[in-house]
Amino acid sequence: MVGLVIVSHSWKIAEGVRDLAREMAQDSSGIITAGGLEDGSIGTDAQRIADAILAADSGDGVVILADIGSAIMSAETALELLEDEGKEVNAVIADAPLVEGSICAAVEAAGGGSVDSVLKSAEESREASKL
Amino acid sequence: MPSEIVKYFIIIGSKISENKDFLTELDREIGDSDHGINMARGFKAVTEKLDPEITDIGAALKKAGMTLLSTVGGASGPLYGTAFMEAGKVLMGKTSLTPADVESAFAAAIAGIQKRGKAVRGEKTMLDAIIPASEAFSRKVSEGSDLAGALEGACESAREGVEYTKTIIATKGRASYLGERSIGHQDPGATSATLMLEAVLEALKGA
Repeated sequence: MVGLVIVSHSWKIAEGVRDLAREMAQDSSGIITAGGLEDGSIGTDAQRIADAILAADSGDGVVILADIGSAIMSAETALELLEDEGKEVNAVIADAPLVEGSICAAVEAAGGGSVDSVLKSAEESREASKL
Repeated sequence: MPSEIVKYFIIIGSKISENKDFLTELDREIGDSDHGINMARGFKAVTEKLDPEITDIGAALKKAGMTLLSTVGGASGPLYGTAFMEAGKVLMGKTSLTPADVESAFAAAIAGIQKRGKAVRGEKTMLDAIIPASEAFSRKVSEGSDLAGALEGACESAREGVEYTKTIIATKGRASYLGERSIGHQDPGATSATLMLEAVLEALKGA
């Protein structure tokens, strides 16, 4: 199953988004969070994201969902750290809103989708109209 | 007794810590008011995590970069983290530096920041201090300056770069939301980069 990594500046946001996404997917073992810094401060940590990617990967690849600002830069750095260490993971960053994107991605991943289809589901959530 | 390279990082750390409120105030004006706090936290971690006896300059820079990636928290974490790691790669195994080594470290750091931030000169970022500093360094070296002389030229150009950031609109990062209202304010990242160069010069002169 494709794994998901939830990246947020806030530990609470990352955990909360995972809880929400879990409700949609029977098997949520592949949803891993990387929220905040190790000491609980607000921020993003490329090393934590890299560790989360490895933990989320069961061999089928990983889709990363991230919040604002430095979250994307830290996620890109994490991918490079893994590459530098010679760890091959098919991991991609979704250009999607964190909450909606994570839920759509979780549903698609639980349904046995590929990295491409999970990424597509996450990114399609950008177009969802709320009103 | 910490090694030479560790002393440099201790001096950079104190400089950042002394200017924590100043950097945060600059960032309050055009950003999210966390630059000073983030940078001080990151460099405190660097001085704590570096092996005090490390003499390999490249390895020390790489470790510092890795630490910044994990402890700064904001965008300057991956930016400075990548800069130090890339500079570390070209200096791996070296225990002293020639001006040519510093030039290649500058080039690697700048390429790293550009790759990470997808930014170019003139967008009101740290690059507006670091690129002119690197150019001045190379110019001084080609004119025959020693390391300290070239670094003095680099600091001067970095300070001019900071002044220049007051005159331009931010198009990258949080400050870009302000558009024209970002004019008149100096960029916090260009400022912290300049402070680091000044700290390196102070350390070199004190050594």
